[in-house]
Amino acid sequence: MNVGTLSFDGVTKTFAHRAGQALLRDRVKDLLFPFGRPRFQALKSVSFALRPGESLGLVGPNGAGKSTVLNMATGLMDPDEGRIDVRGRVVAILELGAGFHPDLTGAENLRINAAMLGLTRAQTEARTEAMVDFAGVREFIRQPLRTYSSGMVLRLAFSVAVNADADILLIDEIIGVGDQAFQQRALEKVHALRRAGKTIVLATHSPDLLTSLCERALWLDRGQIRMLGDAREVLAAYLGKTSAATP
Amino acid sequence: MAALSTAHPRWTGDYWFLFRNLILKDFRIRYRTMSLGVLWSLINPLVMMGVLTFIFGRVFGGERPPLFPVFVLCGLVPYNFFTGAFLSGTLAIVENSVLVKRVPVPRETIPVAVVLSSVAHLLIQIALLLGFALFYGLWPTTAWLWLPVVWALYVVFLCGLVLGSSAINVFVRDTRYLVESLNMILFYLVPIFYSFSIVPARYAAVYQFNPVAAMVLATRNILMDGKAPPPSLMLNLVTVAAVTLGLGLLIFGRLKRRFYEHL
Repeated sequence: MNVGTLSFDGVTKTFAHRAGQALLRDRVKDLLFPFGRPRFQALKSVSFALRPGESLGLVGPNGAGKSTVLNMATGLMDPDEGRIDVRGRVVAILELGAGFHPDLTGAENLRINAAMLGLTRAQTEARTEAMVDFAGVREFIRQPLRTYSSGMVLRLAFSVAVNADADILLIDEIIGVGDQAFQQRALEKVHALRRAGKTIVLATHSPDLLTSLCERALWLDRGQIRMLGDAREVLAAYLGKTSAATP
Repeated sequence: MAALSTAHPRWTGDYWFLFRNLILKDFRIRYRTMSLGVLWSLINPLVMMGVLTFIFGRVFGGERPPLFPVFVLCGLVPYNFFTGAFLSGTLAIVENSVLVKRVPVPRETIPVAVVLSSVAHLLIQIALLLGFALFYGLWPTTAWLWLPVVWALYVVFLCGLVLGSSAINVFVRDTRYLVESLNMILFYLVPIFYSFSIVPARYAAVYQFNPVAAMVLATRNILMDGKAPPPSLMLNLVTVAAVTLGLGLLIFGRLKRRFYEHL
């Protein structure tokens, strides 16, 4: 069993739609005039492979394809070409609080979220205490989520995700969750998960986070791999390039 | 064409736990924002029943089918369930776009959960219907055991329908208006306030193939005549439920791959 492996092989993705336009007249237009639609190549032939317990950092400017890599690894969209192979339970921390509802209590949102992440009822009940405590929202857990501060919502969402027994953890720019104290605990938790042998992919703009959490790094530039290798080397090259480009 | 393949682990969670939570979520959200709560599920059909009984009893006068209030309710309950579940199910994927774009939960569960949470309202309305039947002196017969069978088939039919329509709605947002118009037209095309027996013979077959009408007829057969629905009607319901579910899953399975880009 290779639980916790993740590989991309020649993955290519092109977006060919006009965002937000989905009325009947647009569909008819697309049928009549199938050419000249704006296309955006989000990824071009991206390949990499992670063994169980490895951690990879994704760097690159906005729009380079970091989120697309994470979305595809999560299984939220399929590649146009190439192959993605994932073994093990994936938990993605892409947007904290996605699927939470303000009229439901913290406890209710926690259960729904855990069920969606694939936990059984028994697993959820066994972890509820830990999730609530880690988020630090015990006294508010029976209150509707709309009474929470935005930081509390993010803490709860983060807490459910990191306690959901992932084999592979995909993290998109999470640091900045809650206050200083919680950020510290969140970081420690991610470190602990890494030590526990979880496979981690992290998209970040923070050099410190990258070098402290990741062995390897992948530099993406306009959907293509610019460099893949040791985290420090990739970071140095990336920072050197960007600072040279912006005098 | 280059090889397109993704080997993702199957979602290994607990479907029962997931559905339970999604249904409870829907139910809680709907009722926590209403002061009368579950009573709304009763008030709507009661008011409609009263209005229809008044119009066709006092305004138009003329002949009405016997036990008219129960007769109307036998039509309203399947119709209400259909229109409610069809519309909210059609919107399910678009309204839960955040979920679809951020959480790798099996997509099929989203519209199906919406239909199943409508079943909770349906059960309340069926209880109302049975209460009225008893009140008007219709005593339970063994035929009543057919009720859960036909209703289960009806729910399967709606799951299939909504899988198809919710997926199509992602790509063509006008689908919602089509569904709303269809729901309105159906009020007249389904024998809710008139008897199937006054429908001219040459349209009868078409009527029976409309699953909503078939469901109204089956409910009346069972509750009002105390008879099992005729085999031809059951065959219709089974066929329509199976074909719709198959088609719905097929359409959904094909379209779900591109949900992300179109939400």
